[in-house]
Amino acid sequence: MARIAGVDIPDNKRGEISLTYIFGIGRSSAKVILGKANVDVNKKVAQWSEAEANAIRQIISNEFKTEGPLKSEVSLNIKRLMDIGCYRGLRHRKGLPVRGQRTKNNTRTRKGKRKTVANKKKATK
Amino acid sequence: MGRSLKKGPYIDARLEKKVVAQNDSNKRTVIKTWSRRSLISPDFIGHTLAVHNGNKFIPVYVTENMVGHKLGEFAPTRNFRGHIAKKDKGRK
Repeated sequence: MARIAGVDIPDNKRGEISLTYIFGIGRSSAKVILGKANVDVNKKVAQWSEAEANAIRQIISNEFKTEGPLKSEVSLNIKRLMDIGCYRGLRHRKGLPVRGQRTKNNTRTRKGKRKTVANKKKATK
Repeated sequence: MGRSLKKGPYIDARLEKKVVAQNDSNKRTVIKTWSRRSLISPDFIGHTLAVHNGNKFIPVYVTENMVGHKLGEFAPTRNFRGHIAKKDKGRK
């Protein structure tokens, strides 16, 4: 069990994949971290030595913003947009897509479950 | 895609001139503008600009956080009031 950057304990996977369980670290930054720590990308986490794990911990805490701080940065950015009342902020407030996507249909991720409008009758002849 | 840095920010020359003139003379009046595409520069902070939205002028008070946005972002062009409950039709 390796415990890196707070709560994350991914094991029995390759280091490159395992590090991506940390919020804020994807494949490419995982590769950068392992490269800097001189750990083989294909090495399983279980086989990391204590020194290697510590080196990785050091690199992440010094050079990367992850987990809590990163999440709060993101939500602060969104809050800023909402506070200044710009178009993107308004879209965030309404829970609609921010980057100009269509809203006639789809966009269910932003809008959530379908809300059926009552009394919508089928056209009768 | 963002604008090329080589060109620098786009600010409508006439609008910028007006704002700078007001800064020099310490006068603060509402400036009407149609230039929604202008970037808000740090000079604009504290001014109130009336930005056209195609129909009327929306007063925008510029704060520090708004620097780097375009004026048009603060004057929405569409007004969605929600769907109207449809009348019962098609009963024959």
